[in-house]
Amino acid sequence: MPIQPLLIDDASLVDAIRRRDETAFVQLVARYQGPLLRLARVYAKSHAIAEEIVQETWLGVLKGIDRFESRSSFKTWLFRILVNRARTRAEREGRMIPFSAYEAVPGDAAEESVPSNRFLGPDHPEWPHHWAVPPKTWGARPDEALLTRETLELVSQAIAALPPAQREVITLRDVQNWTSEEVCNVLEITETNQRVLLHRARSRVRSALERHFDRG
Amino acid sequence: MNDVADRELTCKELVELVTEYFEGALSDQARRRFDDHLAGCPFCQIYLDQMRETIRATGHLSDEALSGEALDALLAHFRRWR
Repeated sequence: MPIQPLLIDDASLVDAIRRRDETAFVQLVARYQGPLLRLARVYAKSHAIAEEIVQETWLGVLKGIDRFESRSSFKTWLFRILVNRARTRAEREGRMIPFSAYEAVPGDAAEESVPSNRFLGPDHPEWPHHWAVPPKTWGARPDEALLTRETLELVSQAIAALPPAQREVITLRDVQNWTSEEVCNVLEITETNQRVLLHRARSRVRSALERHFDRG
Repeated sequence: MNDVADRELTCKELVELVTEYFEGALSDQARRRFDDHLAGCPFCQIYLDQMRETIRATGHLSDEALSGEALDALLAHFRRWR
């Protein structure tokens, strides 16, 4: 008896949908609903609006699926549809992410990973620009402390407070665990900009966690 | 001779390079300077650990799900489309 594969790959599901197979559609929607909603939340103020964006995305998928070239990855295509819809929508509502937000340049003084006052001054005789207020380890058993509901809620809030371009990148890279290549493809940004945005986002989330652990 | 590239990295400089370090985007020389500094600086080691822990915690956020109504609407649309 042939063994049923547990996980059917995207390309096979896409083929099945082209043959109008409803279960394949349901499966693909289920597979991507979480990641799509999370990315949609980057652009939407509420869960309800994020759901609308995800729905519009799937309508876009059905509209284009017969013409979709399987040479490119379905995942990239799917998320590009979402990003385009969400950005168009934001533009219409005057909440567009300015293009300049993606032209992140390294070494922008306004975007220090750690505030300057945590370091000794440039004139310090022995240790210029070394730690003055060094970071402390996060508890004896950081593994446990880190993954509590409270901490994760904090991470979630810190991400929500990020500028949109940083939020897009950290959501795809660190929440969804995508490769930098995938992120660059979907957001249509350069490798360098992607890395700078990711670094700023991670640094801000780290700061939020540090404030939390230093307090407690 | 390049003074900036030859002198030891400072902590203030290191914290700006962490993501490039993790991503393997530093040049061999820059990576060496990073590693040299790290080997002698327990504070930056802690900092690096915090960045790793931050990334790990971020990876544990759970996904939301579509509401039943949204799923129903999608299915209805699929049937019309088919």
